[in-house]
Amino acid sequence: MDDVIIIGGGVVGCMIARELSKYNLAITLVEKNEDVACGTSKANSAVIHAGFDAKPGTLKAKLNVRGNTFFPALCEELDVPFKNNGSLVLAFDDEEINTVGELMERGKTNGVPGLDYWDTDKILEVEPYLKKTVRRALYAPTAGIICPYEFTIALAENSYQNGVKYLFEAPVTGVEKITDENLVVRTSKGDLQGKYVINAAGLFADEISKLAGAEEYQIIPRKGEYLIFDKEYGYLAQMVLFPTPSKISKGILVCPTVDGNVFIGPNSNNIDDKTDVSVQREGIEEIISGGKKIVPDLPLKNIITSFAGLRASSTKGDFIIEASQKVKGFINVGGIESPGFTSSPAIAEMIVEILINEGLKLEKKNNFIPHRPRKYRFREMDNEAREKLIKQNPDFGHVICRCETVTKGEIVDAIRRPLGARSIDGIKRRTRAGMGRCQGGFCSPKVLAILAEELKVKPTVIRKANGGSEVLLGKIKEYL
Amino acid sequence: MIYKELVVIGGGPAGLSAAIQAYEEGVQDILLIERDFELGGILKQCIHNGFGLHIFQEELTGPEYAERFIKELKKMNIEVILDTMVLEITNEKKIIAVNKELGILNIQTQAIILAMGCRERTRGALNIPGFRPAGIFTAGTAQRFVNIEGYMPGKDIVILGSGDIGLIMARRFTLEGAKVRCVVELMPYSNGLTRNVVQCLEDYDIPLYLRHTVIEIHGKDRLEGVTVAEVDDNNLPILATATYIPCDTLLLSVGLIPENELSKLAEVKLDDRTGGPIVNQRMETSTQGIFACGNVLHVHDLVDFVTQEARLAGKGAADYLSKGKVDNYADAIPVRVLKGVRYIVPQYFQGKEMLNGRQELFMRSVKPMDKAKLIIDSDKGVIKTKTLNYVKPSEMINVALQKEELCQANPNYLEISLQEVGDRS
Amino acid sequence: MTEEKFVTCIVCPKGCRIKVILDEGDILDILNYGCKRGVEYAREEVMAPKRILTTTVAVQGQNIQMLPVKTEDAIPKELLKVAMHETKDLSVEPPIKIGDVIWPNIAGTGVNIIATRTLDANV
Repeated sequence: MDDVIIIGGGVVGCMIARELSKYNLAITLVEKNEDVACGTSKANSAVIHAGFDAKPGTLKAKLNVRGNTFFPALCEELDVPFKNNGSLVLAFDDEEINTVGELMERGKTNGVPGLDYWDTDKILEVEPYLKKTVRRALYAPTAGIICPYEFTIALAENSYQNGVKYLFEAPVTGVEKITDENLVVRTSKGDLQGKYVINAAGLFADEISKLAGAEEYQIIPRKGEYLIFDKEYGYLAQMVLFPTPSKISKGILVCPTVDGNVFIGPNSNNIDDKTDVSVQREGIEEIISGGKKIVPDLPLKNIITSFAGLRASSTKGDFIIEASQKVKGFINVGGIESPGFTSSPAIAEMIVEILINEGLKLEKKNNFIPHRPRKYRFREMDNEAREKLIKQNPDFGHVICRCETVTKGEIVDAIRRPLGARSIDGIKRRTRAGMGRCQGGFCSPKVLAILAEELKVKPTVIRKANGGSEVLLGKIKEYL
Repeated sequence: MIYKELVVIGGGPAGLSAAIQAYEEGVQDILLIERDFELGGILKQCIHNGFGLHIFQEELTGPEYAERFIKELKKMNIEVILDTMVLEITNEKKIIAVNKELGILNIQTQAIILAMGCRERTRGALNIPGFRPAGIFTAGTAQRFVNIEGYMPGKDIVILGSGDIGLIMARRFTLEGAKVRCVVELMPYSNGLTRNVVQCLEDYDIPLYLRHTVIEIHGKDRLEGVTVAEVDDNNLPILATATYIPCDTLLLSVGLIPENELSKLAEVKLDDRTGGPIVNQRMETSTQGIFACGNVLHVHDLVDFVTQEARLAGKGAADYLSKGKVDNYADAIPVRVLKGVRYIVPQYFQGKEMLNGRQELFMRSVKPMDKAKLIIDSDKGVIKTKTLNYVKPSEMINVALQKEELCQANPNYLEISLQEVGDRS
Repeated sequence: MTEEKFVTCIVCPKGCRIKVILDEGDILDILNYGCKRGVEYAREEVMAPKRILTTTVAVQGQNIQMLPVKTEDAIPKELLKVAMHETKDLSVEPPIKIGDVIWPNIAGTGVNIIATRTLDANV
């Protein structure tokens, strides 16, 4: 019997889990995938937005600006790389200058600190590879970049250390009220009972709400496609570079990642299938042409990979964060599209208030652990620190991923950590092994062997990600 | 700090031959650094035969070819450290490497031979649309799984690209009982050696679709199929020809890229055409005392040529260590690429007094030609012409310039072109 | 009754499509060849094509899981699959020296399967 059951292991679910793990509560998080951060949270622009974009008065506006303020301290506490590099919204003509002016006003109303206009000279001084015809930019110093899956994983790891239980590969098949007090969440791995159920199911939040008999709304998946360039071209953008936005989207940006790459994207297209994360030819063309409007000389021969993510866009236009009026104890956190990632700490704060209003007694834990277990990033260490680490554990002297300089020590740690990796993609998201220019060509056989050894299973069991994604289909000679 | 006269980075065919040659030329204090747990490089997984026809006049398998050099090297007083990754090299020839036993190694050397090989082009570089399921492998990674680890990455296979590794794996998978449905090649000709097309595809009735490409990848968890279409003159897919082919595995054999991340750290200048360092006739890069050979320099189709080139680098390093620097860049004779030639190595000759022997030129054509005239022109007029039969981009052309040819002309630059002769018939 | 067969020559990079005309299994004529070596190649390819087989066999209890092997000589092409089956369950224990016979007389051809690398006992 849990106090709180959270459905969905994206950034929102994990942030709520981590926030609630500060209190004496029994909490279970259920996730349909094999790991956290497998949906929208892993495939987005990874930008911590300043908050000038959302319409004043909306939840989006309020929670974005507030959420943004948490990141520096949270990332410090959880040992997650975060770079407060600021953003520019670029205007190339009179109309865009007008729009940028509107954004400035909106930002001030929303309470975004430090907004400023930059002129052409100032812009090109900081961003020399930008299209020279740029005329003005809105500078937002509080914007930043983060690794979205690492942040989500850190939240999950830390909440797990603080007692939150995690149930993976357990799609929810039903949510029912069984007594006045209690709800049951039915999953493919059995039933869970709890007093409160928080629906943080992302793209599927509408379906979960419907299953529970709570308020109906619709989530429309809106696809965004991305291209990432080789680290060698990391110099092309210093800040988050937005074009002047359109009505539906912030537009195709050129943006550095916290790991030193530059990406372009996303476009924005409504689709029907909530699992369709395929990249399409037209999409690639669209984002290349969009990206070139900001940085004309894109190194198109040095694209290392493409991917697509789906925004969980609700028909209501704003975040839906509320206790159900129809099903007591059921709380919706739906329609969390951009700036959802940035808003997540403020969303969790809001959920705490809602739970209190709904009658949950909260009592702070006195043994809350704020930090997750130490994480070593060999590539970022100096040689003295490396030398010391290798003496303690020789596996840190064995480089497995050459492109990203990831050692065996880090891969073994990624498996043994709380909520450790169980798949090739799980390792990749925790260590970056396979994320470089060779895209795992060199290291994937080695990573697979380490996974099999650590998990004490046959190599043929090891998957790329979810069930059915086994990498190897058999031993040789088996098909003779 | 460890002090060495010469450090060779990479223990594959290039590094082995370079180290052996340097030793034979009198370099005493050589260290060879290899990232794997044994020497041999990529040859260890190339269990097929066809290696060594030029060097040994017999057909060897990859492991056999490697073992000959490993045995030779072991007889010499050459220090080898295995399981060691080089993290950094500087233009001052300082090397930082790491391994489990010794931790961080700081090495100061007088000369370096780069022999790190190459990596495979990936799906990302091609921008193939669709999902990102399990079941997409570069051909070399699949080869490692099959030949080294003993596992089958798939049993129902489509191969994109007709590079040699892809062709070799088509045969290997077929012999292991898998179904190889087809090889799809964008170009109007195969990118592999003719013998591989015959012995790996035709022998097993595996179709080769030229002027075709994969336009979409299907399957969310494991690959379920690919859409293949013919391409037009601009290499864009003709959607009316799109065909769905079910398969559980897609192998990519779409090219190799010299692995020069370390070279860049040492400020070695690279050639856009080869993807490798710009070198002079002794395989010396723009950073004096740093040499390069093998697939890190340019991608080879035959290991025999790697060996040949590595010997030049080994000798070059030995000369550098004993006789010192060549003349400065002002004396360089650039070798320029003109029509019909994709690239050329070396990119320049340097130090006129050093041109005291015959000089080798390695090059590739831009397209297949039944008959081609190779013209080596210069500011002093044409130095040499040669008629070549059956030129293909996939088969490297090796032409030697005799000492007299160079010295008599005393050119300030060379320009190399390949002209197609007559009609195709 | 005559029959036509085509052979892609691999003697040189030209890759001639050599036409071989057969009558009841005997060669009547060889056409479209580029050189004499091509004629010989086409004759052998049509009458008795042979290939070297390279494959691997399992290694017991070692870091190295597979030992690469080959047929010492070319064997008839039609026996390649038979030979693969015959080596299917083979396994070896180091030490192995390059050239060691791993399996004699593969598919009744009189040709041995030999190791193509050395495996020390202490690997």
